[in-house]
Amino acid sequence: MEAPLLRVEHLAKAYGQVVTARDVSFDVAAGEALGVVGPNGAGKSTLLNLVTGTARSDGGTLLLDGQDVTRWSAPRRSAAGVGRSYQVPRPFAGMTVFENVLVGARFGGGHGGREARRLAIDALERTGMAHLANTPAGRLRLLDRKRLELARALATGPRLILLDEIAGGLTDAELPELVALVAELRDAGLAVVWIEHIVHALLQVVDRLMCLALGDVVAIGDPATVMRDPRVVEVYLGSTVDPGPAAAS
Amino acid sequence: MSAVTDVRRRGGRASMVGSGLLVVAVLVLALWVPYNVSLGTLSSLVGLFVLVILGTTWNLMAGYAGMVSIGQQAFIGIGGYGVIHLADAVGLPVLGAVVAAAVVCGAVAWATSFLVFRLAGGYFAIGTWVVAEVVKLLTTQVDALGGGSGLSLGAFQGADRVARVATVYWLGLTLAVVVVLATFALMRSRVGLGLTAIRDDPTAASGLGVPVDRSKRIVYVASSAGVGLAGALTALNTLRVTPDSIFSVGFTASMIFVVLIGGIGTIEGPIVGAVVSFVLQDRLADLGSLYLVVLGVVAIVVVLLAPRGLWGLVTRVTDVHLFPLVHTVRREASED
Ligand SMILES: Nc1ncnc2c1ncn2[C@@H]1O[C@H](COP(=O)(O)OP(=O)(O)O)[C@@H](O)[C@H]1O
Ligand SMILES: [Mg+2]
Repeated sequence: MEAPLLRVEHLAKAYGQVVTARDVSFDVAAGEALGVVGPNGAGKSTLLNLVTGTARSDGGTLLLDGQDVTRWSAPRRSAAGVGRSYQVPRPFAGMTVFENVLVGARFGGGHGGREARRLAIDALERTGMAHLANTPAGRLRLLDRKRLELARALATGPRLILLDEIAGGLTDAELPELVALVAELRDAGLAVVWIEHIVHALLQVVDRLMCLALGDVVAIGDPATVMRDPRVVEVYLGSTVDPGPAAAS
Repeated sequence: MSAVTDVRRRGGRASMVGSGLLVVAVLVLALWVPYNVSLGTLSSLVGLFVLVILGTTWNLMAGYAGMVSIGQQAFIGIGGYGVIHLADAVGLPVLGAVVAAAVVCGAVAWATSFLVFRLAGGYFAIGTWVVAEVVKLLTTQVDALGGGSGLSLGAFQGADRVARVATVYWLGLTLAVVVVLATFALMRSRVGLGLTAIRDDPTAASGLGVPVDRSKRIVYVASSAGVGLAGALTALNTLRVTPDSIFSVGFTASMIFVVLIGGIGTIEGPIVGAVVSFVLQDRLADLGSLYLVVLGVVAIVVVLLAPRGLWGLVTRVTDVHLFPLVHTVRREASED
């Protein structure tokens, strides 16, 4: 069997007394989408920070395509094909939407001027943002900021894309478009990790599901099985998660 | 669905006119002014070129890379002492001494960056100031540099005064133009794109592949080398440096003043700020210490009424960009 694109082994991270990852292990293959659910504060976003390298793990190993990248800097991981979107968008507010995306194409993507401009436009078109290309990113409304997160990550030409709650706030008409885009990325051979509270959207795409709580992997595997797992149900009791129509069916 | 897309990086007609006027201004300064003003005025105009360089380089650091240093007088001092020492004791020709002094500044900035880059925000500012004080103290300990009493330039002795002032004037104008154009070129390059991203959000920039530390170091070294040029120019103009004059924190205060009133984060802003600052200095020289009060009031008023500086006011009412950096995407539906 082929080595998974991302393999996380015994990852550990704590902020003071708050443990955000305790012996977390999982992997994702190219062409596979892994969904991640869990209550607020479970450590989902921090997990993405550890994989992209913007936060340092306390222990454990990260393998990208079989290569140990645990000590690699964030820019180096980006160049190696790790892309992500932030739950709370972090646009370059003083730059235009196009320039935001261009940063991804020129640096993470490593492309020269002309090719980078083409890829930036391409990423804007795929995410439906081309008409906003010249808008200063600081003036975007929240939903467009989230879209920009995705466009910027795509422009780096990632092999692994990490999505952090990109569906929140979308209308019923927009949600299927996003689901289709994520499915398209997965089918194009990217490894996808998607954190989402809107579980019914998630379940339309992901091949496997992982549930995190207080830094622990509660369950991982077939989505339907994980959603029925008594430990997962217990974690969600009284939480604000919207299981949606998929869970009811 | 397919569209013809074109990405431009130039201003419109008004910007072309503006750039043309700037070129004319530089030509007037180069070709007309030297033959039509007094030697004293010519010499004081070198102060304007120094302000342009200081504002441009400080803006490069603070406005584009988010590094607020209050210790750049270290490099004025090294540049000033450097040019005199290299010209007199080492025997380099004056122009060579100026360039070499700037290179020394760049090297010192590179070395000290490993110290000050460990500090964030306000601590970075204080760290740079401490480095400047240490450099000043070390300078006063070296006998070859005149100890506490400083150095006088010998290389120009015997030269005709008119030729000397004119040489320094033209050198100053050239250096100011070179520093502004080099900054413009840097900001249009890949490095500049990364720097702007770092200014807005270093974490997001790093995650998109921008080498944050390396980019900041490039800017710190380049900016400090530029400040070294200004220091060398100041020494050539006054013919004398003392630790207290050339390591004065007042230089950094004027850099900040120039950038704040002109407009931070633009190439044009520091040029406008330098001109305003120079005119104020010239007009208010007789006021003594009251001059500083006026400067303070001007700074407060401008910051309150025009947070993006005087140049920010210009770009709010017109679409003039003398040094266009922004990308404009133009899309047209294709024929087929
Ligand atoms: N940089 C940080 N410093 C301190 N605590 C943090 C930091 N980042 C996250 N945390 C804490 O780690 C825990 C997990 O946060 P997060 O990963 O954002 O959870 P989730 O995305 O699952 O909601 C929270 O208690 C949060 O307060
Ligand atoms: Mg989160």
